[in-house]
Amino acid sequence: MTTNDKHNKTDKFKKFTRKNFLETAASAAGFMLTGCKFDSSLEELFRQKFRTLSEAEKKEIIDRLEKKYSKKYGKKFKVSRKEPIEGTLFGYALDLSRCIGCRRCVYACVKENNQSRKPQIHWIQVLQMEDEKGTDLFHSDVHYNPPKVPEEGHFYMPVACQQCRNPQCTTVCPVKATWQEPDGIVVVDYNWCIGCRNCMAACPYGARHFNWGEPHIPQDEINPNTHYLGNRPRMKGVVEKCTFCIQRVRIGKYPSCVEICPVGARKFGNLLDPESEIRYILKNKRVFVLKEELNTQPKFYYFFGI
Amino acid sequence: MTKKSKFIYLTIIIFFTAAAIAGLKHKRKKILRKRSSKKSIEIPVKAPPFSEGIYPCSECHDDLEVNYKRRKLVDEHDNIVLKHDEKNRWCLDCHSAAKRNWLHLAGGKLVSFKESYKLCGQCHGPKLRDWKRGVHGKRTGYWNGKKKYLLCVHCHNPHDPKFKPLKPLPPPVRQENIK
Ligand code: SF4
Repeated sequence: MTTNDKHNKTDKFKKFTRKNFLETAASAAGFMLTGCKFDSSLEELFRQKFRTLSEAEKKEIIDRLEKKYSKKYGKKFKVSRKEPIEGTLFGYALDLSRCIGCRRCVYACVKENNQSRKPQIHWIQVLQMEDEKGTDLFHSDVHYNPPKVPEEGHFYMPVACQQCRNPQCTTVCPVKATWQEPDGIVVVDYNWCIGCRNCMAACPYGARHFNWGEPHIPQDEINPNTHYLGNRPRMKGVVEKCTFCIQRVRIGKYPSCVEICPVGARKFGNLLDPESEIRYILKNKRVFVLKEELNTQPKFYYFFGI
Repeated sequence: MTKKSKFIYLTIIIFFTAAAIAGLKHKRKKILRKRSSKKSIEIPVKAPPFSEGIYPCSECHDDLEVNYKRRKLVDEHDNIVLKHDEKNRWCLDCHSAAKRNWLHLAGGKLVSFKESYKLCGQCHGPKLRDWKRGVHGKRTGYWNGKKKYLLCVHCHNPHDPKFKPLKPLPPPVRQENIK
């Protein structure tokens, strides 16, 4: 056997990842699958779910990821795995009477959370609606582009993950790669996701996004402060979504969409704290949730501040 | 077991149960206190700057006699076009004629420029209430700690308070064009 042959063999073996295995098994069963290639190493194939790993194993994985990302993007990366803060349940409220549809939040989110620029992924969709029709999702427009906003006769409704208390996306995941954390954030373990996209079908808000291609982010725009369950760089073939900026909120910061919004339409806080901004809103404003009839029980509220 | 020892046992049990309940309550209180953001520190963002050369007002106005007649300003401040209930109000309803570097409330009480929100709150009471709780206006920093807040005049020009339209950032690529 020549060295070349040997090399080829190990290469082949390396490619035989857990995901490939599952894919083959599933397609044998007649499923249509993505057929994407994954760059996981052998250890990743045999490793347990992140949640069930020991501290030492988690640390090892994090160290490996940090090294990998730092090398790829030429910047020192931090991959946090900070646990929830005790006694928190995060909630969000958006003032529809304030939002002017400027999309500052969309791009602040892209930047903070390392969304792929090409192919483009946006976690926040700002829907333009007509005053006459009210909140009519069916006739809303996400591609509006006038010289100035707000446009006469219209209002704007940004939609991202509604962080349901009763999330359907997590229940349909066949491998339990996505779940709700104790602080209420619905997260995805990208290394465990097999890309079957069941969750995308189950989500009634279109909040989950699939990496159809290898995500591309310019080196100088990458955010190296990441969380394992949040904004760390993703790979082709996995699903991603808003995490309330888990890397920020678990150290007490506001999500970046809250910080960028020029009209202060976005409010965030701890639902368990009776003194929080979010509780004040729930108590004093006219609040509603999207598609209430589906019983998803979002922790993302819309309200009218006026 | 004698009656007496029974009594002693009972007292001890009651004592410990009470202590345990009190302890639990205390712990819960502690957690709640930790969660509460009431004591969080709120820092005003530096007040927006005045237009150049405009402040202190007394520099020019101390030498001028006060003209109480409602009129269109032509010699100075002609760039200010009042679009804020202009039918019913004019300069001296907010700016003090007696103490030029100050504002005043409807009742005559003087208010410094740093506290202009008090003036706004005279008419916009519910907004002031919401703003104090961080619900109207923008806050940045920490949801469970230090926050920076803006004053009314950071976002609203007091002479023309309606928020000005902005150029939107680009729309998302149409699905059929995503490559
Ligand atoms: S940044 Fe604020 S005003 Fe602009 S679209 Fe987002 S929520 Fe609306």
